[in-house]
Amino acid sequence: MISVVDVRKVFNAGKANEYIALDGVQLDIEKGRITVIKGPSGSGKTTLLSVIGCMARPSSGRIRLSGVSVEGIPDDEGYVETTSLPERFLTQIRRKTFGFIFQQYNLVAGMTVIENVMLPAYPTGEAYSAVRNRAEDLLKIFGLYSRLDAKVQWLSGGESQRVSIVRALINNPSGIIADEPTAHLDTKLSSEFMNIIESLNREGRTIIIASHDPVVCESSVIHRVVEMRDGKVIR
Amino acid sequence: MRRPDRFLFYIGANIFIIAVMFIHSFAATRNIEQVFAKKIELVKRYGLTDLCIFTEARYTRHPSQADLNTPFQDYPLSFEHFPSGSIISPPEHLRLGMKNE
Amino acid sequence: MNSRIEIQRNILDFTLSSLLRRKTKNAVLMVVFTIVVFMLASIIFFTNAVKREAVAVLQNSPDIVVQRLSAGRHDLIPADYIKTITDMKGVVSVKGRHWGYYFEPAASANFTLVVPDDGGEEGRIVAGKGVSRTMRAGDGDILPLKSYKGEWVVLSIKGVLKSDSELVSSDLIEISEKDFRKIFGIPKDRFTDLSVTVRNPKETLTIAKKIKDSFPDTRPILRSEVLRTYDSLFNWRSGLLLIIAAGAVLAFIIFAFDRASGLSAEERREIGILKAIGWETSDVIAFKFWEGLVISLSSFMAGIILAYFHVFVAYAPLFEPVLKGWAVLYPEFRLVPFIDPFQIATLFFLTVLPYTAATIIPSWRSAVVDPDQIMRSQ
Repeated sequence: MISVVDVRKVFNAGKANEYIALDGVQLDIEKGRITVIKGPSGSGKTTLLSVIGCMARPSSGRIRLSGVSVEGIPDDEGYVETTSLPERFLTQIRRKTFGFIFQQYNLVAGMTVIENVMLPAYPTGEAYSAVRNRAEDLLKIFGLYSRLDAKVQWLSGGESQRVSIVRALINNPSGIIADEPTAHLDTKLSSEFMNIIESLNREGRTIIIASHDPVVCESSVIHRVVEMRDGKVIR
Repeated sequence: MRRPDRFLFYIGANIFIIAVMFIHSFAATRNIEQVFAKKIELVKRYGLTDLCIFTEARYTRHPSQADLNTPFQDYPLSFEHFPSGSIISPPEHLRLGMKNE
Repeated sequence: MNSRIEIQRNILDFTLSSLLRRKTKNAVLMVVFTIVVFMLASIIFFTNAVKREAVAVLQNSPDIVVQRLSAGRHDLIPADYIKTITDMKGVVSVKGRHWGYYFEPAASANFTLVVPDDGGEEGRIVAGKGVSRTMRAGDGDILPLKSYKGEWVVLSIKGVLKSDSELVSSDLIEISEKDFRKIFGIPKDRFTDLSVTVRNPKETLTIAKKIKDSFPDTRPILRSEVLRTYDSLFNWRSGLLLIIAAGAVLAFIIFAFDRASGLSAEERREIGILKAIGWETSDVIAFKFWEGLVISLSSFMAGIILAYFHVFVAYAPLFEPVLKGWAVLYPEFRLVPFIDPFQIATLFFLTVLPYTAATIIPSWRSAVVDPDQIMRSQ
């Protein structure tokens, strides 16, 4: 379970362009379920995802992850509070606990599909051959095996999306965080994406999606919709 | 072979060549007396004071024998016109102000 | 520990892949870098080898050479100076020497004529390799030299000095004293200069002072001064080093500036992606470290190796036009491969380190930012 306790995130604090992205967010996200965070742009969805995913620290408030083991951090109380962890532990969580799917896919141009997919595993020190085998298996599942050595800039939008999903899965995370994953996909590809999400969820992964796309929000596979506006959870 | 291993192999091969270079250098210069025997004999025989690197001008053919006036020997206002004169620096004992004079 | 090595291998893998994306640009960079190191290393190898060889060989040059100066010119020295100097305490022997330059008009070459201690054999000469090459004359051939009166003195070559001694003997002609005097019209009681042998090397300076006091028109040159001349012959202020080094340094500054002037938006985005997918700041810095090292270390090593071949195997063909100058007779000397690990280390620290640092430092700022920027910059 992920508990977000009274989290605030302020950008450019104290300056003229101060901006409050999250304003006292209180939220519990159940393990093993698909949660969609819905809201117009600027409502704080992306910021909430990055705070949960340990990409940024909240300005105040706490985030607790339970059922997560971080090497070197005791979880006597049954949860890990990520807000107070040093950077390298956050990196570890980012690497092992969550897989990220970005709106822009964020693939490294000029490199091949297989290289992009394996990138998150590089700093784990896992044996290259093991990672490579896993990457190939995943690419097979997602129908990308024939595109293994293609440069990522040659891929179509749907293929890029799937590559970024495979990349998110390479370290076998227990959670998937997706930010506007269907923004650049047509309806057919978007529904396909939701099918993939459903199968990932069936494997037991917790899934958090930020989106205002009806295909996502109104999909039958999701368990819960959280609505946000102006940095607050309204429903 | 993985790409990083190929690169490290390349670096290793370079290090090996550099090591061979050092060994070659060491072997070739270990016994100076013997290596230079022929030259030392000539230096002794003719009382040579300089190496024959430049043959174009007196003061670069025998830099150690050059004196303060040498560059002017053709004409006091002549500019340096031998390339070798600009390659080497004047003898230390001239720059130090000819202590023993 | 093993996984640490594996991590570095992986990061190196990514680095190489990243460099291969801009194949041409990085290849050009490496070629230029290699040339810079090659030029600098060639000069270092060449000058160091000349120096070391000079010191080794010229250890055997005369203790003191006494020149006479007249009106600022090197002049012939009278034979009666010999007696006075020989009588000085601590002097073992004094020899009058004959040597001089001969300009050969047909070839426009300058030769150095020397008379050996034993006076030489009249009518016969020993030629240096360079003389033999320039005049196309070998063992048994005739070499006529013109005397000061315009008469030809016909000399036959009884031997050619071996090429392995060219660095001291290329332009030499060993000639008899009689022929030398005949060619240059030097009176019986005059010598080119005197070579003085001293009993105790520690007294050399004192004896030189004494000679100077007795004969104010002379200039004694000590062996230590000869050696020091060669020790500083190619110092940094001399042209060869200065010009090539200046060019190399400028090229290098341009590289480093290109690197240090900051990362492109593309590079910054990539660092953001890496951080977002779980790379630590230290992993990103390791990536940049490898990036700098791959380019600079491979170029450095290639440059050093090429320079060694250039100077000691091919005998510095690229320096030939510079060293030759206006000279017609060019000594084809072969340097003995003295190399100084300290100089190579210095070159390493002046090229590989700053380049790698210039690659890492600008990435530092990008590497420490929160990875969520990549999510917000959409």
